[in-house]
Amino acid sequence: MAAARGLREPAAAKALLIAAAVAYVVVMLLLPLGAVLTEAFRKGWQLWIAAISDHDARASIKLTLLVAAISVPLNTIFGIAAAWAIAKFDFRGKTSLVALIELPFSVSPVVSGLVFVLLFGAQGWFGPWLQDHDIRIIFALPGLVLATVFVTFPFVARQLIPLMVSQGRADEEAALTLGASGWQTFWRVTLPNIRFGLLYGVLLCNARAMGEFGAVSVVSGHIRGETNTMPLQVEALYNDYDFVAAFAVASLLTLLAVVTLALKSALEWRHRDEIAARHH
Amino acid sequence: MRTIASASIPEFVVPGGARTRTHSPLPGFGLSLGITIMWLSLIVLIPLSAVFVKSLSHGMHDFAAAAFSPRALAAYRLSFGAAAIAAAVNCIFGLLIAWVLVRYPFPGRRLLSALIDLPFALPTAVAGIALTALYADTGIIGRILEPAGLPIAYKPSGVVVALTFIGLPFVVRTVEPVLAGISSETEEAALTLGAGRLQTFFRVVFPTIAPALATGFALAFARGAGEYGSVIFIAGNMPFKSEIAPLLIITQLEEYDYAGAAAIACVMLLISFAVLLVLNLLQHWQERRFA
Repeated sequence: MAAARGLREPAAAKALLIAAAVAYVVVMLLLPLGAVLTEAFRKGWQLWIAAISDHDARASIKLTLLVAAISVPLNTIFGIAAAWAIAKFDFRGKTSLVALIELPFSVSPVVSGLVFVLLFGAQGWFGPWLQDHDIRIIFALPGLVLATVFVTFPFVARQLIPLMVSQGRADEEAALTLGASGWQTFWRVTLPNIRFGLLYGVLLCNARAMGEFGAVSVVSGHIRGETNTMPLQVEALYNDYDFVAAFAVASLLTLLAVVTLALKSALEWRHRDEIAARHH
Repeated sequence: MRTIASASIPEFVVPGGARTRTHSPLPGFGLSLGITIMWLSLIVLIPLSAVFVKSLSHGMHDFAAAAFSPRALAAYRLSFGAAAIAAAVNCIFGLLIAWVLVRYPFPGRRLLSALIDLPFALPTAVAGIALTALYADTGIIGRILEPAGLPIAYKPSGVVVALTFIGLPFVVRTVEPVLAGISSETEEAALTLGAGRLQTFFRVVFPTIAPALATGFALAFARGAGEYGSVIFIAGNMPFKSEIAPLLIITQLEEYDYAGAAAIACVMLLISFAVLLVLNLLQHWQERRFA
């Protein structure tokens, strides 16, 4: 690119384009970020602390952490299994399998929640049976977990598949030839090879799991202190016109987003080639 | 989140000439594929099929009545229309941002690049209340736009603003790698042959990135059409006016009209599958270009 620099746009045009891009990002992305923080601290630190240490707010934080702690490991195991099968073996229907794994990304979050209500809700397929046996899925923790697993389903798999395809299977074949068992090969050879890609996928999966709103909104039942996750608590407080408290809880979620972005960028800068298959 | 487009693997060639061997010597094929297919069926395929079965549980007539009621049609128009406008806006500014990120080294470029993914990382409900705070008549943007005769909050235009926020990274992240991959020789050649800078852009650069731009548009459109969290706070949620399709699904559910909710979900799913198909065709187009 250095050789071409002489042929490039005049400095003024360049400055203008940079300024326009920066201005757009500031207005569209940075202002909303700033708005959350200014609204959260509008009435001072004390009210912010009071808002996040409120009983229902604390319950929502615990629930969000619990839902993520169940959903993210489930999808991580799935993602590794899917990537192992798809990247290390040849079989028919592979392309369709990859397309199906990415399917949840193109489904509206509301529909993602709806499917579980249709299955397990009071008038769903298994509703009467569940009621007879006094098992609660919808408006309870299992429903929240199911909806979260659905929306975060592709994250780890779609990060690992291209990475493992590009790495091939020569390393594993060498380990096996040298006498390692299958599991030894996985733990000692494959896992170290994919660790940064895996971390990257888990990071994004977790951010979505903790921040999901539409899907969990459908299955939650919105019982405060019981089935409200943090995003749902934000909505409940906002609809009560308790804006300071709503933005206070939202500021915690914003912190999660900023930390996620920082870790993600750090991973991209330090381990670019170990995260994703090299793009041309 | 790297580009979704690049994650769909075009071909499964294992480097190192192992392609000819159909039987991999590695263990764990049955176990890993078994887990994959079981989990995929339990979490995604069986639940999704419930939508189609349930929507037809009262027959075709009721399905059509629920799926194509005037209120539902107005909701689709808003969801898909606003998503299309927002995706188009994102194509313009997404291309600008990708261009600046790829071509011009400037202080703060990495920070700008990291910020682009904010809509992926920020929970949608937070985005929703933040945008509402900004664009309401008391907010710092609404205070300027409202007296100018451009009310945004609680209007259909609010939906467009929210979807523009949500969709930006899809376009930037899809166009960026393709733009970075254009060799400077091609452009130099065009310039040496006497083409102007704008001419070079439109005749050489633009055709190369067009498939990626179209892919970014489709991704932003698909995401926007189904979006809920960031929209409901800033939209007025008035039936026939500012009510998006996902909200109508929730309204039907709250009235225990499962079949009605499933019918609307069915229409939305079929449209997103169609978009997915278009995306795959775009992918082939892009691969052919680079082949």
